[in-house]
Amino acid sequence: MMGSFSLKSAMLAVAAGAFATGILVFAHGSLLSDADAAIQPALKLQPVTSFDKIKNKQQRAVALFQEAGKVIQSPRCMNCHPATERPTQTDRMRPHQPLVVRGEGGLGAPGMMCTTCHREANFDAAGVPGNPKWHLAPEEMAWQGKSLGQICEQIKDRKRNGDLTLAALVKHMAEDDLVGWAWSPGPNRTPAPGTQKEFGALIKAWVDAGASCPKG
Amino acid sequence: MTQLTLKINGQSHSIDADPDMPLLWAIRESVGLTGTKYGCGVAQCGACTVFVGGLPVRSCSMPVSAVGADEITTIEGLKSKEALAVQKAWVKLDVPQCGYCQSGQIMSATSLLEINAKPTDRDIDLAMNGNICRCATYVRIRAAIHDAAKSLEG
Repeated sequence: MMGSFSLKSAMLAVAAGAFATGILVFAHGSLLSDADAAIQPALKLQPVTSFDKIKNKQQRAVALFQEAGKVIQSPRCMNCHPATERPTQTDRMRPHQPLVVRGEGGLGAPGMMCTTCHREANFDAAGVPGNPKWHLAPEEMAWQGKSLGQICEQIKDRKRNGDLTLAALVKHMAEDDLVGWAWSPGPNRTPAPGTQKEFGALIKAWVDAGASCPKG
Repeated sequence: MTQLTLKINGQSHSIDADPDMPLLWAIRESVGLTGTKYGCGVAQCGACTVFVGGLPVRSCSMPVSAVGADEITTIEGLKSKEALAVQKAWVKLDVPQCGYCQSGQIMSATSLLEINAKPTDRDIDLAMNGNICRCATYVRIRAAIHDAAKSLEG
């Protein structure tokens, strides 16, 4: 009787283990395939000079911002500018797994901070991205669900852009290390279009042209 | 391979390891502390949770070379009053079932109580949801954290 019980228990344990392993394999596989399926070749950005032919300054500014918007609206930027307290992830911008929230300073919840998983640099062995400044954008900087015109107005608004002047905004876009991560995101993530330098040049040219925003 | 010194649970350990080796394998294979478990290897399950510099880290997603001089605490080295309260509550409420995830669960629960002495259900859920339990002991885990918090009130 005891032997039979032990055998049954052992079989159940093996089955449970196999089941759990299956879940993890499935989870691991789906994580990779989810990203793999959406990987795209990195897009290019048009250089600032290609907008010189637009003589109307306001129209040129709008066109420049629309080009820069290819970066701003890429998953690499949008994932961490969520409309809710939860970020998204992968090129498909699915909800972050596990559930994490913005928390104080955008650094996560007590006991489950961003740094619990995200360290100083990408760690490709585990497929986990990283940067010393890894954090979520504050609520007033939410971009998801907004049009490019709305985002444009938002990033000019010092009440919603971290009190940055336009000059400081250009510097942030062109030089900030966490912004720069978007072009070095590690495997299975499509980098933001172009380069940070090109993106910074577009933002500077947009500011120089009057920083007009697309309608809508 | 690189010579590295890890300070784990108050003791120094010299190991020879690839700098990109996950900290988890340094702890388990190089040092021989097997209380920390491998679950998924991609920071999705929390079984490998340890403290680095006093804060919880998924040791599968951190290269051993990134630890530097920070103190590492594993399940074998937990001894704060919060940790002891958590362990007592775990026994009292008979929390584990198969037990595989429990060292990670206890690390995360301890960290939460060290930061937040009186967590709400939501605080617990937010801190613990990265620790997956295949036996679904979540209700007992939450109850045990409340119990541990209450026991710490004195």
